[in-house]
Amino acid sequence: MEFLFRKLTSISATVILLILSAIFIVLFFYAKPAIKEYGLHFLVDPRWGVTIQIPVKNSATVQNNTNSNASASVGNNEDDSDNMSDSDNVDAALGLGGDDVDSAISGGGENSQNYKTKEIYGGLIPIVGTILSTIIAMLFAVPIAMGIAIFLSEIAMPMLAKPVGIAIELLAAIPSIIYGMWGLFYFGPFISHIFGGPSVNLLVAGLVLGVMIIPFMASLTRDSMNTTPDVLKESAYALGATKFEVIKDVIFPYAKSGIIGSIILALGRALGETMAVAFVIGGVFNYPKKLTDPTVSIPVVLANSFAESSGMSLAALFYLSLVLFVVSFIVIVTAKFYFLRNNK
Amino acid sequence: MLKKLAFGVVLGASAFAWTINGTGSSFQYPVNKAWIKGFYSETSNRVNYTATGSGTGIKEIEVRHVDFGGTDKPLTPRTLRKYHLAQFPTVIGGITLAYNIPGVHSLKLSEIAIEGIALGSIQYWDNPWIAKYNPNEKLPHKKIIFVHRSDKSGTTFNFTYYLSKLSTTWFHHFGVHKAVNWPTDAQGRGVAGKGNFGVSTAIKTNPYSVGYVDYADAVKNGLNLAEVQGKDGAFYAATPANFAKGAAYGGFSLKNDFFKLIAYPKKGYPILAPTFVLVHYDDAKTAKRVTSFFSYAYDHDEVASKLGYIPLPSNVKALVKKYWVEKGISPEK
Repeated sequence: MEFLFRKLTSISATVILLILSAIFIVLFFYAKPAIKEYGLHFLVDPRWGVTIQIPVKNSATVQNNTNSNASASVGNNEDDSDNMSDSDNVDAALGLGGDDVDSAISGGGENSQNYKTKEIYGGLIPIVGTILSTIIAMLFAVPIAMGIAIFLSEIAMPMLAKPVGIAIELLAAIPSIIYGMWGLFYFGPFISHIFGGPSVNLLVAGLVLGVMIIPFMASLTRDSMNTTPDVLKESAYALGATKFEVIKDVIFPYAKSGIIGSIILALGRALGETMAVAFVIGGVFNYPKKLTDPTVSIPVVLANSFAESSGMSLAALFYLSLVLFVVSFIVIVTAKFYFLRNNK
Repeated sequence: MLKKLAFGVVLGASAFAWTINGTGSSFQYPVNKAWIKGFYSETSNRVNYTATGSGTGIKEIEVRHVDFGGTDKPLTPRTLRKYHLAQFPTVIGGITLAYNIPGVHSLKLSEIAIEGIALGSIQYWDNPWIAKYNPNEKLPHKKIIFVHRSDKSGTTFNFTYYLSKLSTTWFHHFGVHKAVNWPTDAQGRGVAGKGNFGVSTAIKTNPYSVGYVDYADAVKNGLNLAEVQGKDGAFYAATPANFAKGAAYGGFSLKNDFFKLIAYPKKGYPILAPTFVLVHYDDAKTAKRVTSFFSYAYDHDEVASKLGYIPLPSNVKALVKKYWVEKGISPEK
């Protein structure tokens, strides 16, 4: 019995590792064409879905180009990969239509023998957008969540602490699209009224993200603060410490690892949040020069383009999700190792 | 006894009634849903349609996961042959230019103005190219915010197709795609919304903005719609009558499996987008069920009009029916 119990628990633990590595392998497999095509330059290239023309010098290079394209395609990429079918369609439409504009464009066919079009995908703008929106969310959410947790565990009367605590937990259960709609209809216009800029922008996205992760952080932090033994607190009070000092010098150090854990969990959610952010970040491939400029984040690009992509654009999306995976992994592991080592 | 009876009923029903499944274009989802309801109450045949996007619709029908696929982006005859697919249009939608300029309640946009706004060369509302056709409106000296779709969509595909027809500059630099890097974004004057609904909301909440939205969504959201200059030089308000006028010049043809985007017709409202259905003609039994549903749909134009779509002109419907006969997928009487 004892043996079986131990085996079962260890199996459930390994399942998580298996799922994680399976996801990583799948992402890597589908991203491979894009990784081959763009390499690590993808991380610093701000162009997403830009079509460029490459001059083709002789038949040998044509051969090379088609070869590399063919090997760089996902399984079901046939003649309707995104970029190809689009240009194919237009040319055909123009050939079949026979309008004056049509013939003007099919006249461009001459050029297409000397030039080859190629789509370039680079992830720098979504990567920057993801990091900036997460930083804004954390700067906004951490102090508020800490405030809520301290209030609930130390300051509020039990009569008030209970309903507020339940309310916080309920907030965590609201589907993210509701936060997105709320941001789109009310919060975004309100923020742009105060800070200027369009009604959907980086700042709105960061603040909406912040609101979404507050409940997680607040309730987990409160729980870990509640585990502080009363004996410790009481002896501190007996020594003449004020409430502030007790919280700062007794409760916080005691609950530190739990608090850091809650922040890391919230950070993970902020990095990967898709639906709510897609509605409020603006969806524009552009560096945000001001906080109130619209931009994109990695999950937003995925949500916006996944259903309609194929071929190289799909591979680029998988590459982008792989980047998000690796970034979250690095952030969480560093945070964990750094803080937990300090804790000991 | 009772069990037997119930079994008999089920058997009896299933002998006549059938179910088909379709997926794809979210643009045709509302009208399909309305037709499906009427079709079921009339024939008790079930049609299921899920809105997953044109790309998915094409992929799913190619691998035969569904009985029909819906797409806003027609396939070329070559691709159709390769996958043994037949293609026909079902309804046409109007793409409107909705705007939000405080104090301005009617706006005429000439072709040059539309091209300039999309390319970002016209930056302020009081630009002479806009003011010229709106002498009675007091246009403010404010930067134009251009609102577009952030997700890949058939609406963007059709709108960029219209722009390509209108402007060779647009065609050569930006082309026809389901998502585009808009030049206005690079200038920091672009905002994007997710879905037609997101675009409508962004226009509503950002003063001095203009953007392209499907007619049905624009009406639902109570947006101001600009009058758009047609190919013949006249200005057309975004109304079903003007859409129908443009649709009559669609130029669909049997020869190329209706492969045609009808943006920029000779007369009438210029920004139009047909939506298509794909079926496998080698699976005649299923295909006939699909065409019998859409032949019911063609007889119920009022359902489409009520939802803000433009029914196909009757000559196009006749062409489609001829096409069905040619492909051997005409519905059984």
